[in-house]
Amino acid sequence: MQHLGFSHKKIKIGSFDFTCCEGCQLQLANHESTLPAFLELLDIRNFREISSDRYDDYDIALVEGSISREDEIERLKTIRKNAKVLVAYGSCACFGGVNSLKNNFPLDETVREVYGDHSVDTMPVQRISNIVKVDVSIPGCPVSKEEVERIIVSIATGSMINFPKYPVCVECKQRLNTCLFDLGEICLGPITRAGCDAVCTTGKTVCLGCRGPAEDINFQSFMQLVADKKLSLGDLDEKLRFYNCFEAFRNDKN
Amino acid sequence: MKNFDFITASKLSEMTKINCDIDVHHLTRVEGHGNIHITIRQGKLINATWAVVETPRFFEVMVKGMSAERVPFLTSRICGICSISHALASIRALERAMDIVPPPPAEKLRLLAMHGETLQSHALHLFFLAIPDFVNSPNVLPLIKSNPDIVQSGLRLKETGNAISALATGRFTHPVSLVLGGVSKSPGKKELVTLRKQLESVLPDLDTTLDFCKTLSIPNFIRETEFVSLCNGSTYPFIGGDLVSTDGVRKQENDYLAMTNEYQEDFTTSKFAKLSRDSFAAGALARLNNNYKLLHPKAKEAAEAFGLEPVNHNPFMNNVAQLVECYHLVHDAISMIDALLDTSLEQLSTTWAPKSGAATGAVEAPRGVLYHHMEVDEKGKVIRGDCIIPTTQNNANIHLDLSALVRQALEEGKTDKEIQLLCEMVVRSYDPCISCSVH
Repeated sequence: MQHLGFSHKKIKIGSFDFTCCEGCQLQLANHESTLPAFLELLDIRNFREISSDRYDDYDIALVEGSISREDEIERLKTIRKNAKVLVAYGSCACFGGVNSLKNNFPLDETVREVYGDHSVDTMPVQRISNIVKVDVSIPGCPVSKEEVERIIVSIATGSMINFPKYPVCVECKQRLNTCLFDLGEICLGPITRAGCDAVCTTGKTVCLGCRGPAEDINFQSFMQLVADKKLSLGDLDEKLRFYNCFEAFRNDKN
Repeated sequence: MKNFDFITASKLSEMTKINCDIDVHHLTRVEGHGNIHITIRQGKLINATWAVVETPRFFEVMVKGMSAERVPFLTSRICGICSISHALASIRALERAMDIVPPPPAEKLRLLAMHGETLQSHALHLFFLAIPDFVNSPNVLPLIKSNPDIVQSGLRLKETGNAISALATGRFTHPVSLVLGGVSKSPGKKELVTLRKQLESVLPDLDTTLDFCKTLSIPNFIRETEFVSLCNGSTYPFIGGDLVSTDGVRKQENDYLAMTNEYQEDFTTSKFAKLSRDSFAAGALARLNNNYKLLHPKAKEAAEAFGLEPVNHNPFMNNVAQLVECYHLVHDAISMIDALLDTSLEQLSTTWAPKSGAATGAVEAPRGVLYHHMEVDEKGKVIRGDCIIPTTQNNANIHLDLSALVRQALEEGKTDKEIQLLCEMVVRSYDPCISCSVH
């Protein structure tokens, strides 16, 4: 079939979720006006949330969520075996996401707090790439439908996959927003990878870094900015920890 | 169209002796991971269970020590479908705990956001998750060819719900501008006018959907139960109010624990809940059963078209109750936009200072009443959080429905395949949000 001047077969795709809110796969059903056209490109072989048909002959596996239980490891390894291309999508799959906040507390106390003496299987939260090889990572909480659509089409047509290298700050300035640092808040826009069209800062709430670090960020200079403005380091650390995206920088800093 | 009632005498005698184990692993077309197990021997039901096997995430632990203002951004991540409800439940709990009063226009905008989320969620459930069963299809895709007008109507309704959420909160999923003290960014009046036009344009889509749904055969199954929802006495409830039940219970928001009575069963990772009976139900049908007279007149007309009146005890009618609510949501959203257009949207948030306190925030998420309880210290850091999810409240009811439904199906001489489908359908009709329930 033809799409954007390229001819290719329908893409055999599977979508799988692990420990998460399923908000990323929900994005796939958004942008309703172009949805039937996008679905035309796909041969959906396995997508539990929308279909009762389940097959294991998919080329692309979209994997959402982080890993937090023993049985998820085996299921993920099987998916890796079946798939030619494994795409981790969403901040939980790429970095561990908000689920990783659990790792800041002792595991046995965590279980006792919620379930009392009832035993529940769980383990420290891990990102997908800790368990299997990931071919493409699409960050975001949630992912942007346009980006996922563009990347799936690129994989199908063998085109280059590009992500913005610059930080959210660039997109935020393009949208002519007032800088949240000037309003006395710590915003992770200067160090976070763009591609979200600065959606949070445009809504006048700070960037919490869901897309992970931009390339070649100057973290020291960012720390200096926070210090110059006399903003709270505790607040900064709460933000850096939020999606578990900046662990390397947090550890360096300490 | 399936015929759920037709049966011959010979088939009956043959079928009443069936032996089978129905084992649905990771039920499809629901949010999250749940299993159905049914054991039938000699035509008698031995065991029917609804087991949630979702991995728990421990949000109640994650909020500990977090700054109050950050909490709604975390708890919204409990669920990808009802993130606005979770954000607002946390915001309501924390605002009540710290005596923060948001400006009235912000309250209106939050309510509009809830309308958007509920419309989006109901449309997703009805068209993508529920309807395929009624037309004997594994998913919605064949309907794109066989019933393009229905699919297009569904997509337009869902898109409109998303458009409301995007304008009121900054994006569809995981709201950006719902903050403690109000709303951080006001929508433009021009955008509100455009949204109003979009809402008017989907009014015919509601009728198309209603006409189509009237041709579907809804299983005739009644199991009397208790229905729990919010009730404020003056408007169809979405944010805050008293906690009421069809068995006559009435409690204040902060008494949520006495309304839910959570307990643990060995076969499931999600908790169960009960009130006056062994189980109760929350959701669209519960809201409708407790607040029927407060529905928009057009929504009441839609309910009448299906003979749906309170108190209705058929869980399959939750699908119809969702459609009835879609009528209410679209009409009510139009009136709310008119009110917002007549209001100054300059001042949408209030400044606040942290103080210690504890309170509950209850909202009607698409799938039913949702409670967040938050306790904060004098610095505004959370000491303790508790979240009780609609699906958690529905789990025991779903579990008991399965046994009653299988017994009825065996009496009617249904085959194992038919019984499995009915069981899957009854679970789906609750529109369970399983990731939510194991938060």
